[in-house]
Amino acid sequence: MTLAERIQASVLGALPGAEVTVQDMTGGGDHFQVIVLSPAFKGKTLIEQHQMVHASLGPLKDEIHALAIKTRAV
Amino acid sequence: MTNTTEKIQSEIRADKIVIFMKGTPDFPQCGFSAKTVEIFKSLGFPFHTVDILAHPDIRALLPQISNWPTFPQVFVKGKLIGGCDIVSEMHSEGQLKPLLESAFKDSK
Repeated sequence: MTLAERIQASVLGALPGAEVTVQDMTGGGDHFQVIVLSPAFKGKTLIEQHQMVHASLGPLKDEIHALAIKTRAV
Repeated sequence: MTNTTEKIQSEIRADKIVIFMKGTPDFPQCGFSAKTVEIFKSLGFPFHTVDILAHPDIRALLPQISNWPTFPQVFVKGKLIGGCDIVSEMHSEGQLKPLLESAFKDSK
């Protein structure tokens, strides 16, 4: 399982039913963008949504050098 | 001797807008900090900055207090609104200026 796949699984684990897209921005395997669409974001500010995504990564955070996050409440 | 937590809390209360950044507005030491400061300069509201490169204790502790791992960190009226990505997204979607206007409209 690639790191991108592990990121997707980790976010989905914490946000079941979310639509999660992970892109490797440089091909180097440590700069990622993750796009998360989830009903769980409804009523949450952008910062709260991003904090939820950060929290869903758990220990994976240490393997990721740069992470751009895009979230939408759906 | 005030501890780091107290230092952070007093900095957060120092002004309506507080930016914990790498470097200073005139000499930002990181692209994300520079971009964030440019946005606030363009909006024209006064803001207070803290150079976390000069305060390693704040740099180490703030992420745990604010539950946000990276810098810069922008606080408006004591509440974290985000880092560079979020501030830029709010700015491009026209959400940032109204937020600041209402922050400065309140008397307290």
